[in-house]
Amino acid sequence: MLTDFGIILLFLIISVLFVGAGLVTAALLRPSRPNPVKNSTYECGEHPWGGSWVRFNPRFYVIALVFLVFDVELVLLFPWAVVFKDLGWFAFLAMLVFFAVLVVGLAYDWAKGYLEWDKPSPQTPKLEDLVLPKKIFHKQQKDS
Amino acid sequence: MDSFLYILALAGIKLGIVFTLVLLAAAALVYLERRIAGIIQDRLGPNRTGPFGLLQPFADVTKLLMKEDIVPEAANKKIHGIAPIITLGVAFVVYAVIPFGDYILINGEKIYMGLATAPDINIGILFILAMTSVGIYGITLAGWSSNNKYSLIGGLRSAAQMVSYEIAMGLALVGVVMLTGSFGLSDIVRHQDGWLWNIFTQPLGFIIFLTASFAEMNRTPFDLPEADAELVGGYNTEYSGMKFGMFFLAEYANMATSSAIIALVYLGGWTLPVPAETLGLEDGSVLLGLAQFVTFIVKIFAMTIFIIWVRWSIPRFRYDQLMHLGWKILLPLGLINLVLTAVGIKIFA
Repeated sequence: MLTDFGIILLFLIISVLFVGAGLVTAALLRPSRPNPVKNSTYECGEHPWGGSWVRFNPRFYVIALVFLVFDVELVLLFPWAVVFKDLGWFAFLAMLVFFAVLVVGLAYDWAKGYLEWDKPSPQTPKLEDLVLPKKIFHKQQKDS
Repeated sequence: MDSFLYILALAGIKLGIVFTLVLLAAAALVYLERRIAGIIQDRLGPNRTGPFGLLQPFADVTKLLMKEDIVPEAANKKIHGIAPIITLGVAFVVYAVIPFGDYILINGEKIYMGLATAPDINIGILFILAMTSVGIYGITLAGWSSNNKYSLIGGLRSAAQMVSYEIAMGLALVGVVMLTGSFGLSDIVRHQDGWLWNIFTQPLGFIIFLTASFAEMNRTPFDLPEADAELVGGYNTEYSGMKFGMFFLAEYANMATSSAIIALVYLGGWTLPVPAETLGLEDGSVLLGLAQFVTFIVKIFAMTIFIIWVRWSIPRFRYDQLMHLGWKILLPLGLINLVLTAVGIKIFA
């Protein structure tokens, strides 16, 4: 017997085959004239500077960790939600306690600043900084 | 009738139909997006290829097929090749659980309009959530394997963004699951019959879900993974030819998927605007099935046109604003929505 999950698997295999077939067709049709310049890493037409293993904001890790906690809690919510209608007030109260734990976790992350991201602090130039004082201007004119 | 071959043939026919539909929808969306963008920006858009430029998507595909595939020297070539397959494969496979209508009776046998939507599979929503999570891998791997600064940052951004909005999305869906008491998309649609759409009973959940699906699709105003102004092309900077075409196709297939899910979960799916009896359509007749299918497609297209409209009218968020919205606004709102729904069900039902 082919169950519904079997059909999903079949569909998955066929979609991957379809995508592969597209790539193979393209490989047969397209030209292939690689050269070192063409195959270098793209960096807006400049020579690539340094490696691509740049340092990035460690907050990406923190977000991943926070996500993990909340996602696991979300998974625990789903089975409760399906049978919620048939359950009494006790189940509701029990879930409220669980919610409270969730909210405390969120409040902790929030208060610790784990959800904060670097905001740009634009520096607006002042007019005085832009305009050279007359004295310096005349001095520069004389020197040059 | 229960022979293996029969089931395989039925699945094969359904597979063919669904595949054609998805590809046609993606082609239609590419065309629609470019034409609507043209209208919004007061220009024409593509109008030379075929009548009204309708053949433009096919011309695009032909062009992409003929283009040279440039794989950078520094890239991890295996993963660079696998990433687009994951992205597009996942975009396709979600359609396996989407019901395009109720059942049709042929020779007294119920044939469900959908690949794997028969009553014994009741995890439609869970499957979709799981698949969107797998979709993140495609984009992140593409960004990492290209060995390019822009790609890496684009991939990281998209992973963080999709992960952040997935929680809000899940919380919004829990509300709907509580109302229905099932994960099955067909059950959710049947529960909304007679204008009892979830958008009316779950307005807050609808707004959260809609915002989160924009973020999951990586579309404006949340298209930071490919913010052209700062990251060139984001995760697909180093992709060209048909591999780029795969990402392109996946983006539009995902757009159709999201619209379909919103239509199913919140907008009443394939339920007809008037009861079938008034139209004189019999339960299980082919005509009724067709009417349901057309209703569903109309809803999907209304949703996609809305998504395109948003893209060309609203500017991009800044990254800290994006994270602020996801974690500090949508997540608490999702929790509030959940408690309100629970109290509402306990009091009124």
